Amino acid sequence: MLLRYTFFRVLMLIPVSIAISVVIFMIVHLLPGDPIDNLIRVGSSPDDRTALIAKYGLDQPLFVQYFRWIGAMFQGDFGEAIVLRRPVADLIAQNLPYSLQLGALAFLFSSIVGITLGTISATTRSAWVEQIVRGFILIGSTVPGFWLALLMILFFAVQLQWFPVSGAKGWQSLVLPVLTIGVGGVALVARVTRVALLDVRKEDFVTLLHAKGLPSRTILTGHLMPHAMLPVVTILALRIGWILGGAVTVEFVFGRPGLGSLLIRALGQRDYPVVQGCLLMLALAVMLGTLIGDVAQAAMDPRVREAKT
Amino acid sequence: MTSITGTAARALAGFGSTSIGRAFGSWLGKIAGGFLVLLLLTAIFAPWITPFDYAAQDLTNGNAPPGWPHLLGTDQFGRDVLSRVIYGARTSLSVSATAIAISITVGMTLGAAAGYIGGMFERAVMTVVDLTWSFPDILIALIFVAIIGPGLTSTTFAIAIAYLAQFTRLTRAQIVRLKRETFIEATVNLGAKPRHILLRHLLPNAITPVIVVGMLAIGDGIVLEATLGFFGLGAQPPTPSWGAMMSSGTAQLFLSPWVIIFPGVVVAVTVIAVNLFGDELIRALDIKDRIRGA
Repeated sequence: MLLRYTFFRVLMLIPVSIAISVVIFMIVHLLPGDPIDNLIRVGSSPDDRTALIAKYGLDQPLFVQYFRWIGAMFQGDFGEAIVLRRPVADLIAQNLPYSLQLGALAFLFSSIVGITLGTISATTRSAWVEQIVRGFILIGSTVPGFWLALLMILFFAVQLQWFPVSGAKGWQSLVLPVLTIGVGGVALVARVTRVALLDVRKEDFVTLLHAKGLPSRTILTGHLMPHAMLPVVTILALRIGWILGGAVTVEFVFGRPGLGSLLIRALGQRDYPVVQGCLLMLALAVMLGTLIGDVAQAAMDPRVREAKT
Repeated sequence: MTSITGTAARALAGFGSTSIGRAFGSWLGKIAGGFLVLLLLTAIFAPWITPFDYAAQDLTNGNAPPGWPHLLGTDQFGRDVLSRVIYGARTSLSVSATAIAISITVGMTLGAAAGYIGGMFERAVMTVVDLTWSFPDILIALIFVAIIGPGLTSTTFAIAIAYLAQFTRLTRAQIVRLKRETFIEATVNLGAKPRHILLRHLLPNAITPVIVVGMLAIGDGIVLEATLGFFGLGAQPPTPSWGAMMSSGTAQLFLSPWVIIFPGVVVAVTVIAVNLFGDELIRALDIKDRIRGA
């Protein structure tokens, strides 16, 4: 049943990826101006021009160009960066590990700290813990990420000099970026965990467990947590996309290599093959993230599998 | 004299019973709403309250720390930070509000059509909407800016597109819910035309949650505008925008941190105020379930 669900869910990715790749492909073609104008030397004859157009396949119909482009992608050929004059695939391969590392750490940080905080606030049920979590959520979801990053640099890197200002050398350089991306996630996960735990606690079977004389700790870890994790997993899966979005900004501010800073730099320089490559990779990552989230949710909850297949 | 105060009092009392008035009821609503009103007035009357010309450079007085006469200091070109923050409010508020207005208009039309027509059309629209829904807003905006190039106009459209899915989903959910109500069934049976049902009965009943979510989205739009501006993809110099100010400030991060701190504080406080006031509005209108359901 789960296999069937996963199969259909993966199948659904195909039209979605086609749609996204068409949009990203169109970026270059909707731009004002002719790419040939940038390539052609001054004083070339019209024949040179037609030769160049034929060389890049720009005389072909759009859909033929699209299939060539996407076909080349499948062979790992993302084209050549105009400004950096290197294959885009190399640039992506060079930057991707940094983004993955940062994203994975930020994800772990927000899940572990978020679930812990949420559990503490649900079990103590103290009003001021709830207020702190609420404040965190408000700040985490409203304050612009890049500004938070700049403040972190000013305070922890310049004033206290605990961590390096920028770069990607050693674990110290990861602390501030992970914190910046993680703050919003921590708050959100904490709130969802708290609400879910308080909801499950109201169920009759929990009252029965208490009546049977089970210690509160066993009830919490053995019975409440598994139930409460369902919405938490959902929100964490949705979070993957947002972590990637946050990583774009944070990488740029901290001057870390990565897909995000590569993308922003390429946008500034109008280096479109790089822009296309980065956007495609990021879109793919978001889709994979939601896929993993959906499958994990289906694995945990039979009702989800039933409803969606 | 008495009649004037009497009218004012009656007007105030009338305002207090409206839902916006009730949102001002709690102390949180008063602070957040008061701040937003103040910000709006500041943006409108910017030319009369800015102490300096926002574009006037004074290179001999660059990177001056906060003090007198430059209350919030100056940037690397000696421009008054306070004046630029005030004018930046104009840029940020107008870009974000315009973008959200476009987004609401298109989103409501799409959502209402999808919810009302149903069938294949609904499925097609919702597939696209759900697809963009899973993408972070910054990524959607970046794709769009990549297509039409940097600038304030493309920033506006990028923000509009980034939040389109939200309004389409919300409107569709309202319409689908309303379609099942008895009064709509009665109107249909009375022989009303689809146009009449949609414009006179469905949309007026669906609009409140959309407007409130739209107000909250203006806060998100301000952050997105600031982020694009920070990347150098939004407002181009010398147009003052909160994001662009912070972008040019990064080069002088250690020398004059106030160039970054003050615009950021204003963005943060504005967005927090928008969110708090929006929450109060949702409570005053009692529409939490209708927004959650979408």
